[in-house]
Amino acid sequence: MPGVLLIAVASGEQLSPSTAELVGEGVRLAGDVGGSVIALLVGKNVQGLASGLGELGVDKVLVADSQSTTPPSPEWMLAAAELAASQTQPAAILLTHGGGGRDLGPSLAYRLGAGMVTDATALRADGGQLIATKPVFGGSAIAEFAITTTPCVVSLRPRAFEAPESPPAKQAQVEVLSVPESDQAIEVLEEIREQATTGPRLKDAKVIVSGGRGLGGPENWEYVEQLADVLGAAVGATRAITDAGWVPPSLQVGLTGATVAPDLYITIGISGAVQHIAGISGARNVVAINRDGDANIFKYARFGVVGDWKQIVPAFTKRLRELRG
Amino acid sequence: MDIVVTVKQVPDPDIPPTHFKIDEAAKKVVPPAGVAPVMNGYDANALEAALRLKEQLGGKVTVVSLGPDSAKDTLKRAIAMGADAAIHINDPALNEAESATTAQALAAAINKLDHFDLVLSGRQASDTDGGQVHLGVARQLGLAAVSPVQKIEVASDDSLIAERIVEDGYQRLKVRLPALLGVSSEMNEPRYPPLKGIMAAGRAQIPVWTAADLGLEAPRPRVELRRLYVETREARVELIEADSLAEAGTKLADKLREARLV
Repeated sequence: MPGVLLIAVASGEQLSPSTAELVGEGVRLAGDVGGSVIALLVGKNVQGLASGLGELGVDKVLVADSQSTTPPSPEWMLAAAELAASQTQPAAILLTHGGGGRDLGPSLAYRLGAGMVTDATALRADGGQLIATKPVFGGSAIAEFAITTTPCVVSLRPRAFEAPESPPAKQAQVEVLSVPESDQAIEVLEEIREQATTGPRLKDAKVIVSGGRGLGGPENWEYVEQLADVLGAAVGATRAITDAGWVPPSLQVGLTGATVAPDLYITIGISGAVQHIAGISGARNVVAINRDGDANIFKYARFGVVGDWKQIVPAFTKRLRELRG
Repeated sequence: MDIVVTVKQVPDPDIPPTHFKIDEAAKKVVPPAGVAPVMNGYDANALEAALRLKEQLGGKVTVVSLGPDSAKDTLKRAIAMGADAAIHINDPALNEAESATTAQALAAAINKLDHFDLVLSGRQASDTDGGQVHLGVARQLGLAAVSPVQKIEVASDDSLIAERIVEDGYQRLKVRLPALLGVSSEMNEPRYPPLKGIMAAGRAQIPVWTAADLGLEAPRPRVELRRLYVETREARVELIEADSLAEAGTKLADKLREARLV
């Protein structure tokens, strides 16, 4: 029974925001490799979320609901995933490259002796093999890997895959997967969930306004905030200015910060260092406002204005306020 | 506490984009002239964490790297920063191996050490951006693994408390040792090697181990690199021009509305 096993790691007691993309890609892949789409739903108090996976197109849901008083540990999630893989014997295993999936995927692949590609941005079946595409060298290059084992394991970069607009809703068959809470080397003491301070969260924002060293100083950060406010956008920053302490490190976008994939990414005073570009390769439309017309950021931009941002941004913000008013 | 740190030598990720070249036929990066490879950034964070634990609790820090001759420079750098010993796994059969084989080789080397309480690794390498090897090392050694870790709170010889980054926040975990942690850059700022360390690194003897020394069999390939390329970027930017920059700003807003982006 070849098919696709999806591992849906719950985010707290909710389905993670990238679940629709994961299931969408799983359904598409099952069309290529044959068999059904089975999802392992793993978390704590998640039984009620199983039908939601059916609505997205999953045929069968295995629910691994942790009985522990604290959120499930990485080791327990691995045990659940291994059990699901051995029960379903899938051709491919997909999960999201984020949250709990980031370390779960490679651990699972190693246990199964399976080949894996992490953080994939495209996936296709070719001559009986799965080909996964992923950015490497901080996004400077693209690699295509064929995975030569069965099963193969791939983790998908959040927001790199489109969630289908009208998924083939199913009445999913739900089965409980009982995973023993054995004596474990890791005990989760508590989970601290950070609330986004204002505006949407950076990593799943559809619109982001980011600022870089070209802003000139922390006193000019308010221009970024104002523009973001008008657009209902999240704010981001380059490593240069988080390192310099102008804004908190949590705003950093790039290789050592957040990877984002908004529909619109507006940059002010950002030159486009490799380190920063690495975090925005999934951005669909980049707007660059920068004094230096040769800056690397213009290679990635759809629209650009060359000049002093201080003369451009206030008029830009004002006009957007009128348009959206 | 005896700690093993796995390190990888990578092309300097801070080189300007214009210096980044790929040899598509060889499926390799062309090393930029005059720019030396460096210790992977997250591995430097892992080493820094190990050195701080040693300062607190005593013990020994051993670094292990798999790579060609040049990887010796990265191991020397680790000793200069304060590591006590280094092991260089260097074998043409292994140096370009995929992550599972690399994990097996590193685990075999770590197993040959007398004793360890903790393995620290970077959460991923900045060349392959895979984030797989350290988790494979943990599985191969039968250790619990926690990754990515942003903070080590309290540590003793038999357990520690670590903060693991999750989707929108973090978890505090109690980890029984021995274990492996995948270290993220939030944890610390790696130190510069002091002069004394640089002198020590100059004198250091670094043993070199091969696949045969580690009793490794020929690996079974699991993934195959089909293609490595740089996405060609046509300059397709539409530059907005107007009589004044303020007008260009206004026009930019109109363009975004036209394109239904705002």
